[in-house]
Amino acid sequence: MSKTNLTRRGVLKTGAVAGAGLALPTYLSAAGHEGFTNAPTGDTVTLGFNVPQTGPYADEGADELRAYELAVEHLNGGGDGGMLNTFSSKALQGNGILGKKVEYVTGDTQTKSDAARASAKSMIEKDGAVMITGGSSSGVAVAVQALCQEAGVIFMAGLTHSNDTTGKDKKANGFRHFFNSYMTGAALAPVLANNYGTDRKAYHLTADYNWGYTTEEAVRTSTEALGWETVGTVLTPLTQTDFSSYITPVLQSDADVLVLNHYGGNMVNSLTNAVQFGLRDRVANGKNFEIVVPLYSRLMAKGAGANVKGIFGSTNWHWSLQDEGSKAFVQSFGTKYGFPPSQAAHTCYVQAILYADAVERAGSFNPCAVGEALKDFEFDGMGNGPTLYRGEDHQCFKDVLVVKGKENPTSEFDLLEIVEITPVEQVTYDASIFGGDLGSCNPGA
Amino acid sequence: MEAIILQILNGLDKGSAYALIALGLTLIFGTLGVVNFAHGALFMIGAFCAVTLSRILSLSHTVVDETQKDFLGNPLQVEVPYVYNIFGQATGEAIIDWAVPLAILFTIPIMIGVGWIMERGLIKHFYKRPHADQILVTFGLAIVLQEVIKYFYGANPIPTPAPEAFIGSFDFGAMIGFEAGQIIYPYWRIVYFMFAAVIIGAVFAFLQFTTFGMVVRAGMADRETVGLLGINIDRRFTIMFGIAAAVAGLAGVMYTPINSPNYHMGMDFLVLSFVVVVVGGMGSLPGAVLAGFLLGILESFASMPEVTSIIPGINQVIIYLVAIIILLTRPRGLMGRKGVMED
Repeated sequence: MSKTNLTRRGVLKTGAVAGAGLALPTYLSAAGHEGFTNAPTGDTVTLGFNVPQTGPYADEGADELRAYELAVEHLNGGGDGGMLNTFSSKALQGNGILGKKVEYVTGDTQTKSDAARASAKSMIEKDGAVMITGGSSSGVAVAVQALCQEAGVIFMAGLTHSNDTTGKDKKANGFRHFFNSYMTGAALAPVLANNYGTDRKAYHLTADYNWGYTTEEAVRTSTEALGWETVGTVLTPLTQTDFSSYITPVLQSDADVLVLNHYGGNMVNSLTNAVQFGLRDRVANGKNFEIVVPLYSRLMAKGAGANVKGIFGSTNWHWSLQDEGSKAFVQSFGTKYGFPPSQAAHTCYVQAILYADAVERAGSFNPCAVGEALKDFEFDGMGNGPTLYRGEDHQCFKDVLVVKGKENPTSEFDLLEIVEITPVEQVTYDASIFGGDLGSCNPGA
Repeated sequence: MEAIILQILNGLDKGSAYALIALGLTLIFGTLGVVNFAHGALFMIGAFCAVTLSRILSLSHTVVDETQKDFLGNPLQVEVPYVYNIFGQATGEAIIDWAVPLAILFTIPIMIGVGWIMERGLIKHFYKRPHADQILVTFGLAIVLQEVIKYFYGANPIPTPAPEAFIGSFDFGAMIGFEAGQIIYPYWRIVYFMFAAVIIGAVFAFLQFTTFGMVVRAGMADRETVGLLGINIDRRFTIMFGIAAAVAGLAGVMYTPINSPNYHMGMDFLVLSFVVVVVGGMGSLPGAVLAGFLLGILESFASMPEVTSIIPGINQVIIYLVAIIILLTRPRGLMGRKGVMED
């Protein structure tokens, strides 16, 4: 015998659950009027700038946001046009993207993966952003890239240096202009060997998270291939502020080089502590002791003050480059804001322009069409010489800068000097070495 | 042996910072019964007092140098500090160079003022509220203070070096008969340890040998009875709050050359210092100092590669492990008063 228990409360409950269930995946079909997520319907198009506005990388995020605002101004025909004047592709006309005026919304990643995903999701679902870009951390980039893949929008990564972003975690909807750990190792090792010799013993202090591991591996592999020996590798907690306990064992080791695989506040503190403990003045194995910082950021180098002097590292771009694209960008940014742009600002500006250009060339905002336009796209005039957006992993291949802390800076921005522009051939690798699978492009709706 | 001596030295300077912050924390708890989670923010404000004085001393006017170009290709505008014009370049450079030690004098009145405003303006309203309320409001205050600092100074660390005379390190090992180059220690960290010892000694002497200190200690032991004697113990406790704030601020000032200050540095120390207070015994001044140095040394030893290779991750949990053991075996802490935290 069966009994039907149909009550008003039961109906309401069932209805509420069913409604919530149906509403849950709305972003997968949100505004999919033209067969893809957030297809622009009016005379404007909205881009989502997801940058750290709070937290330890807030200053870097602020510079990213300045660059995006400048890019939007140039795309809409304002200002002096910046890199649009030097960019090899002439698809963009300064009348927005496909004739639609560019508008933007911003999100705060807080340099936390969950917060970054939440802000990206909000910009896609509530604000109708057709593309998400920005960020200052590999953890955030990988997390937001995965979200954009699910949501069916393009993700143009900001500052992310881990191999994984376009390696094992690569996605069809994600694209990175910034260089990576492998490229740092390949560019930096020969310069180190030339300056310090091939008979060196290195001790690595490495931040205990994904970016630290890939950077240590890249620098270790590249330097060992040139004859260096690695005598110690120690992981340091990401939350560490005083590195004295990690620096002092270096004194007892057989090392004559200390490699600091640290970024941001970690880098500032570990480098400061290493210099305090006299490592720059030390002689070990009959050689001057040396310190290496694989990834430099000018904004962070400022925090370490005079301690960066003479220390080698690598960077994606620097405002002192003299190519026409860099000069145009520095002129444009410097005139608007009163100081030179950082490498984070540069990569974000370029990513916004590259996205807009790809849409123009594709003739559509459909992420799959845009992705096709970006794949194997070769361009120049954006600050790093001829560049390829490789189709196999959506990683840009271009020259890499090896830099050194400047001995006699003339201003607070003049902290690094370019030692070598490593040609792209030297930093190119087989896309299969890091594994991963791009999968298929997802247009969303 | 050299490694052990180095880690003891590391532990002593780490412990100095923990002890100074914990001393203020426990002083506030012992006098006012308030668990002040904004105490780390006071340490951070002290550090930014040093940054501020350094910037004040470096206030400049610009002189155009036609021989050099800026990043836009215009003639370079060279900043010339006003102190150069007032005292001459050599003296002006020396004044700027000694900004951190000079900041001690600058910081004391500011921190006492900040402490007084914090106590009178907010914390006094929470004396009779549960500890959970006190923690929530002071933690919220700490977040507000760090965001205010971030608004004015940015999120990046700001280099604030020690005077030139104290930059570098000396060969401590060679002094005590070890092989040269094996036990190197920075001058400023030794200065920091000695400074901490002086401040801790001064606070103890103040409480032990002055009438004011005697009344405060009596109030800590039995507030009600002291009040019945007609002594305004609340006023004295407010002054102690200001002194505790000044101690935390001074700890921050002298810490700036060790690590470039940033808005988050107070939070980095707060939890550790709170653990130090709990391990030492809530309200116990000698306990805070003892636990500060003890945990600093333990943390240093736990970070040695020889230790982390056997127990990975021990460096990140050692302090909390010790806290758990102490709380399980001796809830009042190493030197805590009977009955406190044993309810």
